[in-house]
Amino acid sequence: MKREITVTVNGQQHRSEVEPRLLLVHYLREVLDLTGTHVGCDTSQCGACTVLLNGESVKSCTVLAVQADGGAVTTIEGLAPSEEKLHPIQASFWEKHGLQCGFCTPGMIMASYQLLKTNPDPTEAEIRKGLEGNICRCTGYQNIVLAVQHAAEEMRTTTSAPVGAGGAE
Amino acid sequence: MGIAALVGSPVKRREDPRLITGQATYVDDIKLASMLHMSVLRSPYGHAHINSIDTTAARQHPGVVAVYTAEDLKGIVGSIPVAVPVGHIAEGMGVRGPLAEGKVRFYGDPVAVVIASDRYVARDARDLIEVDYEPLPAAVDVEKAMQPGAPLLYEDFGTNVVLSSHPDSADIDAVFARTVADGGFTLKARFVNQRLAPMPMETRGVVAQFNKADKKLTVWSSSQIPHLLRNLLASQLGLPQHQVHVIVPEVGGGFGCKLNVYPEELVASFATMKLGRPVKWIEDRSENMAATIHGRDQVDYVDVAATKEGKIAAVKIHGISDLGSYSQIFTDVIMIAFGFPVSCGSYDIPNMHFSFDLVFTNKVPTDAYRGAGRPEATYLIERVIDLVAREASKDPADVRKLNFIQPDQFPYKSAAGAVYDTGDYEPALDKAMGMIGYQELRAEQARRRASGDKKLLGLGISSYIEICGFGPKGTAPVGLYESARMRVEQSGTVMVYTGASPHGQGEETTFAQIVAEDYGIPLEQVVILHGDTDSTPEGRGTYGSRTTAVGGSAVYTAAQRLKEKMKQIASHMLEASVDDIALEDGKFSVSGSPQKSVTFNEVALTANLSNTLHPSIEPGLETTVFWEPQACVFPFGTHICAVEVDRDTGEAKIVRYVAVDDCGRQLNPLIIEGQVHGGIAQGVGQAMFEGVEYGEDGQLLTASLMDYAMPYAHELPHYELSSTITLTPVNPLGVKGVGEAGTIGSTPAVASAVADALNVAHVDMPFKPEKLWKVIHQQ
Repeated sequence: MKREITVTVNGQQHRSEVEPRLLLVHYLREVLDLTGTHVGCDTSQCGACTVLLNGESVKSCTVLAVQADGGAVTTIEGLAPSEEKLHPIQASFWEKHGLQCGFCTPGMIMASYQLLKTNPDPTEAEIRKGLEGNICRCTGYQNIVLAVQHAAEEMRTTTSAPVGAGGAE
Repeated sequence: MGIAALVGSPVKRREDPRLITGQATYVDDIKLASMLHMSVLRSPYGHAHINSIDTTAARQHPGVVAVYTAEDLKGIVGSIPVAVPVGHIAEGMGVRGPLAEGKVRFYGDPVAVVIASDRYVARDARDLIEVDYEPLPAAVDVEKAMQPGAPLLYEDFGTNVVLSSHPDSADIDAVFARTVADGGFTLKARFVNQRLAPMPMETRGVVAQFNKADKKLTVWSSSQIPHLLRNLLASQLGLPQHQVHVIVPEVGGGFGCKLNVYPEELVASFATMKLGRPVKWIEDRSENMAATIHGRDQVDYVDVAATKEGKIAAVKIHGISDLGSYSQIFTDVIMIAFGFPVSCGSYDIPNMHFSFDLVFTNKVPTDAYRGAGRPEATYLIERVIDLVAREASKDPADVRKLNFIQPDQFPYKSAAGAVYDTGDYEPALDKAMGMIGYQELRAEQARRRASGDKKLLGLGISSYIEICGFGPKGTAPVGLYESARMRVEQSGTVMVYTGASPHGQGEETTFAQIVAEDYGIPLEQVVILHGDTDSTPEGRGTYGSRTTAVGGSAVYTAAQRLKEKMKQIASHMLEASVDDIALEDGKFSVSGSPQKSVTFNEVALTANLSNTLHPSIEPGLETTVFWEPQACVFPFGTHICAVEVDRDTGEAKIVRYVAVDDCGRQLNPLIIEGQVHGGIAQGVGQAMFEGVEYGEDGQLLTASLMDYAMPYAHELPHYELSSTITLTPVNPLGVKGVGEAGTIGSTPAVASAVADALNVAHVDMPFKPEKLWKVIHQQ
């Protein structure tokens, strides 16, 4: 028995009929074709599927699409303020070589967004602790930490670093 | 301008914009019209007979298009290939069909597949397949599996041992006796490299599409070696090679596990050929734990003879390699072909003796995982050096220096068989010791030991080497060259098609740097293409830290060939002798009269468009190079780790980590640093956290990331890196390799530091608090 849901994703409203058991990550990837959000583990350890739901980071492999009904979701595709301009967190991951294979990166960036929202000036230890829900197998994390520190600096010195089209805030 | 002028510059990666914005295409992002989804039913037992399989209910489930078992594939789909079949494997032992037939041999062994309209339906139907299993006792512990009376995986062979080699040791035994007679000592040890999961964050996955009209099979796969997959799909499915096209899209990490060809790639291809509709299979994480190859799993018994000063006279190694249940492509040769040859490490050890057993057990097959054989060999020899130092009451740094191969000994043929290209080991050790403040930390350790401090401090050194750049002629059953096809288009754009196939290493950036630097043109003018068997020349792929040394050399050589042709065209354009033409900063000019010049782009345009080229010159600018190394390369370095172990809890924490690596010339220091970071993290993971565990019945106990301890950010240290640079004459770039160095170097450094903190000779990995607490409190 399908259910109708209305979800705003990256600023755009979608009305869909979904099976109640459909995971949010599969809704984003397979119904809306937003494939930037990845599935890494199915058991909410790895964080590759992290998105913002109503402004808070969630692991979209452990949220049902029906639970997002009426909500607003921001994915990696909606983080940049415009097509021409990267979000400072994205730019910092590039600048500091905070990614290699890139598979964990969208989730890592979304988790970093949540981290910096609650703590705009984190120490190295706070960043490492704050990202404990996200696993990266390639980088050994050091350049991810540097990227988040760099992004924090950028975001503090610019007047605002809004989430782009998502408008989750 | 030659390669000598190539300055290693930390160019930001060109791959990243698509990766940080969610616009990269991994295999699960591919969606084709009328695509079906495959789900795999796997064995819930480590070892069992299959009495019967009833697929009736699954077939009748709405949305199901097909269900296949081994019966359906018989005579149509071939087996998983083995590169170098040794011992009983050459007689058919351990050869793996695409689906289990008659028997399952590990938890996760694929038994049947369901093809359905969507992935949820495919899973629902999978659970409706009824298999009548007769569980059997399992052979799990490798040393027990070798014994007579152990449960047998392959009854026809009467043993689980594939190959056993115990050559006569009289000569080396005489060295042992002589060393003792001269006042030296001997020691024995047993080392275990536990089983690890490679665990790329993207699991395996495949999309297979057969066009019945063209009779062409297109396969998108998360693979490290597209041409190997193409060639084997063709041979195992009975298709001519030109009817198979493999495309490797973005790959979310490999670490060796994706260089193999797996049953699911064959079965999905079979299914699309039967059904005429595309078939997608994406491995879930638990399947990845249960059915993708594991790494390591080796037990070594070692005997050492050394002088009383700590100079090693002889080493005897008995290696036991746990192959798991079947032979994948390199399963049987990881230890003997990649590990044993580098068993001397960076040390001048005059006498080595090897014996070994290769043994099947009821576990996932083992194969190449980052380092593949070399981490095990390095762990062994670095631990040996520490044991010798302890026995000789010397500092482990001094014993390393006493035993190092000296710079004037290169090229050096080791007693283990490998010929080392270049090396200078002591400066890297000195640099690392200086960076970490070795003497100060030793003094601090002495203070803490004297005062009975609750935080036990330990220091561990690893002066590793590795062998990479595979491989020279005659070292493998096939030529291990790498290819590059290069075309300079009329716009001046340089198109490079490489046979190597990256999965995070950044070769789109590094390879472009090689060409752009050499031609003096902007990086943006060079396009690097890879991972498509219809457009790239036959290649050997990315593994074994070979891509820059071998693939980069192919690119460089292709660039030289086209440059020579462009010089000829320029010489006609400038009416000068070709010998007087030089290319610098994107301009061909005449030596002695620099005002006479034509740009790189003008020559490109002329070569491609002009109808007045000199009659001796063929139009166009295109070449294909297959670059085959004449020898392997041997990167090296020293890692030093300082750990604190809490006496009350047994918890170990890395407090400092210093790494000095020498990978020859550095093309892109930013990328090299990233490779070292990630490598260290994986090596530290083995030492501190990771381990695949099976129960005695063959049940997988670490079947998800809830149970397998992947290192998190807060569990890993800050790495302090530096380097030395020792060039190699083996390739024109002077590069060695760095992809696996961190993993190889780090594990023994951590292991030595923990043993040193506890002031014991040796503790087996991983260093979980409970284990260390028991050692501290002698429980």
